[in-house]
Amino acid sequence: MALLQISEPGLSAAPHQHRLAVGIDLGTTNSLVATVRNGISVVLNDEEGRALLPSVVRYLADDSVQVGNVAQAMQSADPVNTIISAKRFMGRGLHDIGDTLGMPYRFVDIPAAGPGQGMLQLRTVAGVKSPVEISAEILKTLRARAEASRGGELVGAVITVPAYFDDAQRQATKDAAKLAGLNVLRLLNEPTAAAIAYGLDNAAEGVYAVYDLGGGTFDISILKLSRGVFEVLATNGNSALGGDDFDHRIYCGLLEKNGLSALSPQDTRLLLTRARAAKEELTDRSETRITALLGSGDTIDTVLSRQDFYAMSQNLVANTLQPVRRALRDAGLKVEDVKGVVMVGGSTRMPQVQRAVAEFFGQTPLTNLDPDKVVALGAAIQANVLAGNRSADDWLLLDVIPLSLGIETMGGLTEKIIPRNSTIPTARAQEFTTFKDGQTAMSIHVVQGERELISDCRSLAKFELRGIPPMVAGAARIRVTFQVDADGLLSVSAREMISGVESHITVKPSYGLSDAEVTRMLQDSNQHARDDMQARALREQQVEAEQLLEAVQHALEQDGDALLDEAARVNIRANMDRLREVLQTSEHLAIKRAAAQLNEATVAFAQARMDKSVSRALGGKKLSDLEI
Amino acid sequence: MAITLSENASKHVLNFLAKRGKGIGLRIGVRTSGCSGMAYKLEFVDETSDDDLRFESGGVTVLVDPHSLPYIDGMELDYAREGLNEGFRFNNPNVKDMCGCGESFKV
Repeated sequence: MALLQISEPGLSAAPHQHRLAVGIDLGTTNSLVATVRNGISVVLNDEEGRALLPSVVRYLADDSVQVGNVAQAMQSADPVNTIISAKRFMGRGLHDIGDTLGMPYRFVDIPAAGPGQGMLQLRTVAGVKSPVEISAEILKTLRARAEASRGGELVGAVITVPAYFDDAQRQATKDAAKLAGLNVLRLLNEPTAAAIAYGLDNAAEGVYAVYDLGGGTFDISILKLSRGVFEVLATNGNSALGGDDFDHRIYCGLLEKNGLSALSPQDTRLLLTRARAAKEELTDRSETRITALLGSGDTIDTVLSRQDFYAMSQNLVANTLQPVRRALRDAGLKVEDVKGVVMVGGSTRMPQVQRAVAEFFGQTPLTNLDPDKVVALGAAIQANVLAGNRSADDWLLLDVIPLSLGIETMGGLTEKIIPRNSTIPTARAQEFTTFKDGQTAMSIHVVQGERELISDCRSLAKFELRGIPPMVAGAARIRVTFQVDADGLLSVSAREMISGVESHITVKPSYGLSDAEVTRMLQDSNQHARDDMQARALREQQVEAEQLLEAVQHALEQDGDALLDEAARVNIRANMDRLREVLQTSEHLAIKRAAAQLNEATVAFAQARMDKSVSRALGGKKLSDLEI
Repeated sequence: MAITLSENASKHVLNFLAKRGKGIGLRIGVRTSGCSGMAYKLEFVDETSDDDLRFESGGVTVLVDPHSLPYIDGMELDYAREGLNEGFRFNNPNVKDMCGCGESFKV
């Protein structure tokens, strides 16, 4: 007969109505699945008692697929068809990845012909596979494990994603889940999941930091808990810093100490494995012995003390504190404001990391849950609530958008509509107007980024608002609304307020940015703040000058012959030519001067036109006829 | 008669209660529904009612409402593993007929 679990009071499920839900930590290196059973969040192991599923997928010629440890074992034998770290490719175009030289894969670049396209693919022996399909294989394996463990079908899953994941990466994760036959209850930010696992949602209100040092990446998130609601205030990190770098330091130390250089790939791998083992041993011991027999016949026998290891990895630890400072600054907070610190990721087991974090924050970080499992455990708790298995504590989680969202305005400038680090879900609106007389359509270009010029930001989508009634420039009122839902997906609508015409787009964003790129874009925006300001001033001047030229041209065509003599016309045209000429340069002040001169040259003309239109309007009418 | 827990079951219940951090014991009962008459109810207890019948087994307090008792009197609760799945099993002497899955039963 069926095996039953203990429910919360009053929440026993009817037969066959069990709301089985799981939390999935879909990681770069390893993935896990957890569930709440008998009121406790537990990680589900496979038949061999292993909790961690290596995020490795191997495609075979007979169309079969291997996932996890089996695939990992074949990594060096069949590198082309064995895909590791597919998470890094989710929602990414080939040019987003940067250095692909170190990777053995046969990439297929799918150019972004339109929104929603442009994610790279990989050619394997079983055909071309997208990162979404590869991730779906991992999710399918975890789903099968969960269903075998819970004895039934899942109603849904909560899947965790890094807080910095952009819209494209979140959408790709959702697509992968769908492909794996999983109903996504929601995507949850990894740091938020970790905080939930520690029960911080029931803790005192305040600000918490989540320090996540994994195998190859470092992330810091600042969360704020108020009235049971989590809000991500800021995120930061380093996508190229993790436990592997600590192994590498030991490895370099070994080479130096033994006077070795240029090892074979096999020896390198052997020594890195030994280095990793030594690192792990030094968590509990004050010294460890590293021995190895190299292919060259050389032997290595070195004793490494904890102190030596601390010394050689000191700056790695210090490097993690930089992003921590930046995140605190972004959140507008001081170290003293942080009430608690949560440690996530296997690398936070290292005592020197724990000590440095404790020193930085002036308090002991939370480490009693397994740092490899804490994210999945938190996701399972959230899934359990969303599936309706808990009544009382219904909490809502707020997340944050990593980069500002905005639209392009005249002259290639960015107008930010939702600033970065805004909590989601959110909706913001702003009004825009037409640039030219009689303009009946407007192109809305949605971008992501911090820079002032559109060319420095990332294009997400383009759409058009048509059917604007012809009006003079500046008279139309077009309200552009940005809405970001709880999963971080963006929809944009534009509405002309007078006529009510409307157009909108759900940004199935083309593809997004890697966390490294997010970091780079933020750094750029800081470094280029002054340049950007000048560029904006120049563009604004240019746009203004173009508008002036347009207006004068229009006026000349209409009234030039009637109201001006030849000399005045020549003078105005000469001034126009001079302005056109300096417009080609990027001399901000020269443009300003030329525009002012043209303005001056047309004062009399403008006066004459004004008189003419007044006399036309009033001509032949009595004062009493006028409605004033 | 009474309700009893196997040693394995009581060990797990005590563990779950400890990790949950609150709760008086375990409520076992039946209710109508399901594909074959009655269904079991298995819940943590935070509040007792005056009518509740109280049993002690292996250090676990078991509460049963008087209406349910006739259906489950003499039952032993066990904890079992089936492959990757694990959970509580009801060894109920009153059951005459079960639905295929065993989640509901007839007496």
